[in-house]
Amino acid sequence: MATDKPNYLNWKTTVASWLLTYDHKRIGILYLVVISIFFALGGLAAAMIRMELATPKGDLLTSDVYNKMFTAHGVIMIFLFLIPSIPAVFGNFALPLMIGARDVAFPRLNLLSWYFFTGGALLVLIALFRGGIDTGWTFYTPYSSSFAKGEVSLAIVGVFLAGFASIFTGINFLVTIHKMRAPGMTWFRLPLFVWAMYATSLIQVLGTPVVAITLLLVAVERSFKIGIFDPNLGGDPILYQHLFWFYSHPAVYIMILPAMGVISEVISAFSKRRVFGYHFVAFSSLAIAIIGFLVWGHHMFSTGQSMYAGIVFSFLTWIVAIPSAIKTFNWMATIWKGRVHWDTPMLYALGFMGLFVIGGLTGLHLAAMATNVHLTDTYFIVAHFHYVMVGGGIMGYLAALHFWWPKMTGRMYPEGWGKLAAMLVFVGFNLTFFPQFILGYMGMPRRYHSYPEEWAVLNVLSTAGSSVLGLGYLLPLIYLTWSLKYGKVVTERNPWGARGLEWELVDTPPDPHNFERTPIVTRPAYDYNHPEEPTAFIPKPRPVVVGGKDG
Amino acid sequence: MSVKELEKTATLEHASDGHFHGDGILGEQFETLEQQNTSYLIGMWAFIVQEVLFFGAIFTAYAIYRFKYVLEFTLAHHELSVPIGTLNTFVLLFSSYTMARAVRAAMQNRHKKQAFYLFLTFLFAGVFMVNKYFEYGAKFEHHLFPGGDYDAHAVVEHAEKKGELRIVEENGKELYELGKTRNGEFTAFKQVTPEEFEQRTRLFFGFYFVMTGLHGLHVLVGMIIIAILIGRAWIDHLKNKPIADYMPVEMTGLYWHLVDIVWIFLFPLLYLIGR
Repeated sequence: MATDKPNYLNWKTTVASWLLTYDHKRIGILYLVVISIFFALGGLAAAMIRMELATPKGDLLTSDVYNKMFTAHGVIMIFLFLIPSIPAVFGNFALPLMIGARDVAFPRLNLLSWYFFTGGALLVLIALFRGGIDTGWTFYTPYSSSFAKGEVSLAIVGVFLAGFASIFTGINFLVTIHKMRAPGMTWFRLPLFVWAMYATSLIQVLGTPVVAITLLLVAVERSFKIGIFDPNLGGDPILYQHLFWFYSHPAVYIMILPAMGVISEVISAFSKRRVFGYHFVAFSSLAIAIIGFLVWGHHMFSTGQSMYAGIVFSFLTWIVAIPSAIKTFNWMATIWKGRVHWDTPMLYALGFMGLFVIGGLTGLHLAAMATNVHLTDTYFIVAHFHYVMVGGGIMGYLAALHFWWPKMTGRMYPEGWGKLAAMLVFVGFNLTFFPQFILGYMGMPRRYHSYPEEWAVLNVLSTAGSSVLGLGYLLPLIYLTWSLKYGKVVTERNPWGARGLEWELVDTPPDPHNFERTPIVTRPAYDYNHPEEPTAFIPKPRPVVVGGKDG
Repeated sequence: MSVKELEKTATLEHASDGHFHGDGILGEQFETLEQQNTSYLIGMWAFIVQEVLFFGAIFTAYAIYRFKYVLEFTLAHHELSVPIGTLNTFVLLFSSYTMARAVRAAMQNRHKKQAFYLFLTFLFAGVFMVNKYFEYGAKFEHHLFPGGDYDAHAVVEHAEKKGELRIVEENGKELYELGKTRNGEFTAFKQVTPEEFEQRTRLFFGFYFVMTGLHGLHVLVGMIIIAILIGRAWIDHLKNKPIADYMPVEMTGLYWHLVDIVWIFLFPLLYLIGR
């Protein structure tokens, strides 16, 4: 553990050694850099939206610019931040370490996925700078076809490429989890983050190609005037919605499942207890992934789809709540009677649980057809999915970022600032989005840049909350960057006293090859009851037999 | 190998684990060739599943519109050339056979034979694309490509001749009656305006070009990969290499059979049903 030993960050330092690396840890860092930029851009667009809505009159932005702003916010945050966030950054960095592998199964495909993602992201960026798009993040037809303004086709190609990056990541992790586990790392010894990533990968491989071809069809419709989704030309815009949501509802689980995996890791590490009901939490990830494919019609209750389809979709949507609740209750049972350490990752994890419960339960309001008709396309929906995707997804992302930061960088973030930021994010988030539930219930529709006077108070509250939230996001950006140079140096392998191969057997920061030799796993994950027993050990090298098969 | 060199290899990452490392074939991240090969296979199958869903979505969209506009789509699909489609089906089936032989030869490390069968596969793929070129060319000639000068006249004339379409006038407006002629008597099933007819046949040709175009793109990608593999097999042959990694050929074979089976579904859906 001597500090002069080369690690994955400093054993080669040229730009080419980063841009052409096959090392899963470095590719994770590459993703981290790119998505951080897009998180900042998407956040800027959100700030513009909230500033416009601070006053009832549409005075800061014209309605056209406002439309482009919320489209930019949605497209960037969903396709270029949330979907790659935890899988591509922490899945890449931590998953091979957790299962005792030297790398993912297909390192070159892994690098290719980063190039696809970055290329696609740049195309979207060009589209936004060349006048922007105003379709909303869903690219609904006919907004994206007959009535489209701006560079819709370019943005679609960008999202298409980013989608294939996501498919490549999914294929890679599926194979990695199947074939690259160290000896003794059985399926039920896997950390729950790995189970969550497995479920996520399934969705990425099964769902993403459908939205890819759908977006391609929109591009074809725009170029050749074939009315696939245009009623004026014999097509059907509802078909677009079906095909789009077939991916995009499961995509919500691409955003939340990895976060749930992170929460399982963090909660057990900071309560010093095995995750309660391990098998249930593991299988609930798979259940969410599978049932998640059968609920897309709940986005379309008010499009005139068949009533019977509506009943089935409504019922199945309620079923998804069960595995989600199983996870939440098991996390609570894990904390119960645990020795809880209130470090920053744990604060984010607790924040996740609170916000996810609200996000999930309001989802049930929307899954019920009768209330859905009243609430659809109002701020209630906006608040609901922000509670799940920001309150869940980004809280999980920040928990992961702080949890693995010492392992990734060899530096500790400043704990005091970390706690302050976690508090600001929690308070700011609730202040921003809770008023939107009330606004939505009162009937304020989404996607308008002006509103009647009587909703001003709640909107001002929301805007005030968003500035607190913005500060909460700005702080980590500053102090994490600061800590790269000035943070406390961490050389011990396991600063949190956590269980797991990445903490017990991997140097901080990791060796370029992760482990000295492939470890042999002897204990289940989270074996906090047996602190004297290591989870895995590095076997002694075998003596070389001269004239053996290798010789 | 001297003892000194042996010691050097023993300090390398995983040279000391007692497994066969297959002449530099084994990737650094893997322990054994068996692990590497099954990883490749699972990965390729996952990719194929992805492809099935990719094509599946557009098949679904096509099925919905064929159900909705069954008469218009049937009349439009008469314009496709069944002989060329049949020929292409057989060409692709044969290419799948030669591909399977190439995989077999690769497993046996018979590089020359492998190169020969890969070359045959490449040739068949080329024949497929040439046929496609003439087929597309005929569509462009009859203004059936759904671009700027799309025109359903060819479909209308053809259908009139076959007695499946009749032009009538109602209130001074031209209308198409779609139906069947039996024993010299025309029965109309549906009335559409010429604009509707043009849009819906245009939709059919849109699907035709997108589906066969995407498939053709897959054939082209396959041809590029096969060309590279031919070169590699030939170099292995010239160098008289005793053992070469057969997995690239095996995986290309899987991909090629996928391309084949997509066509097996495209051919009846677009060319045959309703005939």
